[in-house]
Amino acid sequence: MPAPLLELQSLQKYFPVRSGALLRRKIGWVKAVDGVDFTINPGETLGLIGESGCGKTTTSKLILLQETPTAGAIRFDGEDVASLRGQDLMRYRREVQVVFQDPYSSLSPRMRVGNIIAEPLEIHTDLSRAALAERVAEVLELVGLQPDLARLFPHEFSGGQRQRIAIARALATHTRLIVLDEAVSALDVSIRAQIMNQLEELQQTLGVSYLFIGHDLATVAHISDRIAVMYLGQIVELADSLELCTKPLHPYARALFTAALPSHPDERHGRLTITGEVPSALNPPSGCRFHPRCPHAMPRCAIESPVRKEVAPQHSVACHLY
Amino acid sequence: MAELLRVSGLQTHYTSFGGSRVIKAVDKINFTLREGETIGLVGESGCGKTTTCLSVVGLLPPAARIVGGSIEFDGEELTRKSPREMRRIRGRRIAMILQDPMASLNPLFSIYTQVAEPAFYHQRVRGRSLRERVRQLLRAVRIPSPEVRMREYPHQMSGGMRQRVVGAIAMAGGPKLIIADEPTTNLDVTIQAQYLDVLKDIQQETGVALIFVTHNLGIVARMCDRMAVMYAGKIVEQGSVRDLFRGARHPYTRALLGSMPKLGSKEPLYAIAGQPPNLARLPPGCAFHPRCAHAMPRCREQEPTDRLITMDWTARCWLLDQPAQESYASATA
Repeated sequence: MPAPLLELQSLQKYFPVRSGALLRRKIGWVKAVDGVDFTINPGETLGLIGESGCGKTTTSKLILLQETPTAGAIRFDGEDVASLRGQDLMRYRREVQVVFQDPYSSLSPRMRVGNIIAEPLEIHTDLSRAALAERVAEVLELVGLQPDLARLFPHEFSGGQRQRIAIARALATHTRLIVLDEAVSALDVSIRAQIMNQLEELQQTLGVSYLFIGHDLATVAHISDRIAVMYLGQIVELADSLELCTKPLHPYARALFTAALPSHPDERHGRLTITGEVPSALNPPSGCRFHPRCPHAMPRCAIESPVRKEVAPQHSVACHLY
Repeated sequence: MAELLRVSGLQTHYTSFGGSRVIKAVDKINFTLREGETIGLVGESGCGKTTTCLSVVGLLPPAARIVGGSIEFDGEELTRKSPREMRRIRGRRIAMILQDPMASLNPLFSIYTQVAEPAFYHQRVRGRSLRERVRQLLRAVRIPSPEVRMREYPHQMSGGMRQRVVGAIAMAGGPKLIIADEPTTNLDVTIQAQYLDVLKDIQQETGVALIFVTHNLGIVARMCDRMAVMYAGKIVEQGSVRDLFRGARHPYTRALLGSMPKLGSKEPLYAIAGQPPNLARLPPGCAFHPRCAHAMPRCREQEPTDRLITMDWTARCWLLDQPAQESYASATA
């Protein structure tokens, strides 16, 4: 077992809710991320699925240091990220990059593609002009684009090509972890397959790790080695991707897989057993957060919050049923 | 069952200002829809799915015009209707559900007003029975406590609930055909599943026919009886969903199916090289040939025509003309 590249330890992020315009009294907390732990190993893809508002993006923002955690720790290479200063912090920022969902708003329309990709390099390295151009050409080729496209502007590219540019920018600094926040959700089917294959190929050649955030089960399951299922700020189940697909245990994970669209018309699908929608994170239910929607809820579920424990090797669930 | 909609040779073109450039967004497409049936219109962005639907409901933007073909709905020719006549058909006999429910609902009116409007105008329901009708409609789309909800405004509802309200409005005129243009794209997985179940139930209760526009083949597999695959303004293959998922004949359909990730399988995805063509600069011959793995010299020169595979299944590809079927099978294996 290699040492994990990234480790989240009971990470929490609470956002205060204030009332009124003048006094701004705190009237409560939105527990966006409430005790999340997982690890990402070198060269591995961890998928993070869940519905909107479950805290996927807040988790990614915490990893990217765009938010400071309320409690808990992020360890990268065994070091607590919160304690990093100066050069070490720059190294962390260099080695952890991100690709967003919408390639139309994530690339500056006023910059040439070459400058977009070179920008992180200018900040993090002291390469000469020629060396910069060389590195830009190199990463463009890595993502399957012609190096001479570097002098064009983003508007001259299609959505799929733009997403390749965003990936090239993320790779430029010899990155070790890329957070892919819904990175293929906005793309057409055929282009999505291209980008996903490209990502897998890059992982094989460069050994980079991915945190793949998405809501489409089949896409996440296809690209990930392990999957974490998130519900209202907590991870309810974490397992090997294939195992989770064939044998989801947590009632919420089971509901998600029942709701997944079939890949063939002959595939039988059960009717969804859960009703209603995700409750507000401002006032989450007591005990297990899923219990008001859970078909198997017991009296205990409303009182006691379940702890995630291993039920099989590499397979952990937070549910009183197990 | 009786035929409800017959689109034949439909051509819808966009013309640039001054008419110097013509874009053939929909180019001689044919399809039919029987009562109570669901057809899926599949393809990538810009292939003409939405323009096809807008042509049917007569809501094309000013730059677009139907230049040929016919749309026969319930025994009437829609292409020759005046805007006034179309307005009487829309909402009453054909309804539409769009992708973004917030954009199709008016933020200034209560849910009640908006759901009641089609019933008020098209079915002349008034007074207490109108209220009862709205309650019924909201119950049909499974909105909990309809009596309370109908006094609310769109901003008070979640995305899934809003889309259900749009569904209720669509049903309010008692239509025979609902056109749903990517209705669940903005919804979460479990909410999407609930919504699709609601649509299926409504269809079973009322026998309304559905045109489902989507790029998600999973939705087609779950919801549709038949599917039509569009590429660059043309329907390249259509038939029953089962037949097409089992053994599509057109390389584009096969590629689309191959590029769809399957749950529990790690097999590499089939990625179609290149990108969808620009409709203003279409390649000669078959529009798919630059991306096709089986392109032949003939594909570059001549456009293929529809070939009948079974009674209810057509595809347009030169490979189907090859003398021996084996050569095609070996080419696509």
